[in-house]
Amino acid sequence: MAELQQELKEKIIEQLSLEDLEVSEIGDNDPLFGDGLGLDSIDALELIVLLEKDYGIKLKDPKEGKAIFQSVSVMADYIEKNRTK
Amino acid sequence: MNGCYINGIANISAQKTADPNSFLGDVIAHEELIFRSHEFNYKDYIKPSAMRRMSKSVKMGVATSKMALSAAELEMPDAIITGTGMGCRQDSEIFLEKILYNDEQFLTPTLFIQSTHNTVGGQIALGLGCKAYNVTYVQASVSFETSVIDAQLMLSESPDKNILVGGIDEIAKNSTLLHTLDGHIKSEKLPILDLLDSKTSGTVCSEGATFVVLGGEKTKNSVAKIVDVETKNSATPEEIKVEIQRFMRRNEITIDDIDAVVLGNNGNVEYNHYYKNVQDSLFSNTEQLCYKHLIGEYHTASAFGFYIASKVFQFGNVPSVLKVNDIRAKTYKNILLYNQYRAKNHSIALLQQC
Repeated sequence: MAELQQELKEKIIEQLSLEDLEVSEIGDNDPLFGDGLGLDSIDALELIVLLEKDYGIKLKDPKEGKAIFQSVSVMADYIEKNRTK
Repeated sequence: MNGCYINGIANISAQKTADPNSFLGDVIAHEELIFRSHEFNYKDYIKPSAMRRMSKSVKMGVATSKMALSAAELEMPDAIITGTGMGCRQDSEIFLEKILYNDEQFLTPTLFIQSTHNTVGGQIALGLGCKAYNVTYVQASVSFETSVIDAQLMLSESPDKNILVGGIDEIAKNSTLLHTLDGHIKSEKLPILDLLDSKTSGTVCSEGATFVVLGGEKTKNSVAKIVDVETKNSATPEEIKVEIQRFMRRNEITIDDIDAVVLGNNGNVEYNHYYKNVQDSLFSNTEQLCYKHLIGEYHTASAFGFYIASKVFQFGNVPSVLKVNDIRAKTYKNILLYNQYRAKNHSIALLQQC
């Protein structure tokens, strides 16, 4: 799980162009939206594409993302349970 | 059509033009045929959270628009009009590459949003919270001039408005290189400062952004009056000569009233005769200035002519690096601009000191 969390942090930084951020600066339980990393709705769409492309998880309802993208930890847990690749 | 006033102007180019208190005092001698705009600290004008998704043209456009608004001491324009020949090429290229490599799957929203021609105008509006008229003109090398004409039309009806007008184009890895293959960009290297003496076809390529705040009324910040702007899609050199004469008659001035002419010569021997024809006839006794050996060629490079005229009025002198003949004007009151790209999309503009 720790490995997947590390991988997710790297992908989030790359995919969302968070160049000023280091992997070590993202806590496993930091909120990704709002007060945490401050991601926005466009980032949420980017993360939905990331789930599908890299882990074969297709979200049927984009609103599901709200729960899944709470933090790296929650996201990794969801991926672990639902990944198809 | 009434003229309008440039109440604020800003430019980012391959030279150090972002500083409003300097006018080409320290010239950069570029060596590559494709050269980028001068490095600029965009963080001074754009929040990092907003900047992370921005390509070069968006960063240049947003920063330059803010500098122009600041020069005009204006917080909110009544309209935003942008011109671009090629739009946001960098993100368009990446988007297309991803379509190709991902077999038309997994397309991300950021690149799609950021790759349209009106992205710069949209991002400026978003940053300002401006919900007013917002239009982008994509008219090759008259994109900026077309934007100015639209602003002039609006100001002729509502002179009290302030309109943000800009021209932006960027270099992109692949699409710019294509212009080397089709001969639009030269194949042999040369010191770019010697571009105007080139005896070969093609030109050089760069990128930049120019923004102006236009108003129908003169203010304490006004740096120039745009008396008139005209575009013509296609014309022979002789027709251009006639057109310039007609343009001057329409504005009730003669050649003797023109203190300097700013020309868009780009070192392409195939099309240089358009400029030479007027340089050797109409303007043989007029001070002649050129600039593409400094900032390169791109579709909205002609906006740099507006920048030069404004700076000449502001500073009262012309940097020697711009001069291409030995004639010196005593004062600078009227400056005429003429530009074309590969015999198409000609533009003529008259700027006046105010």
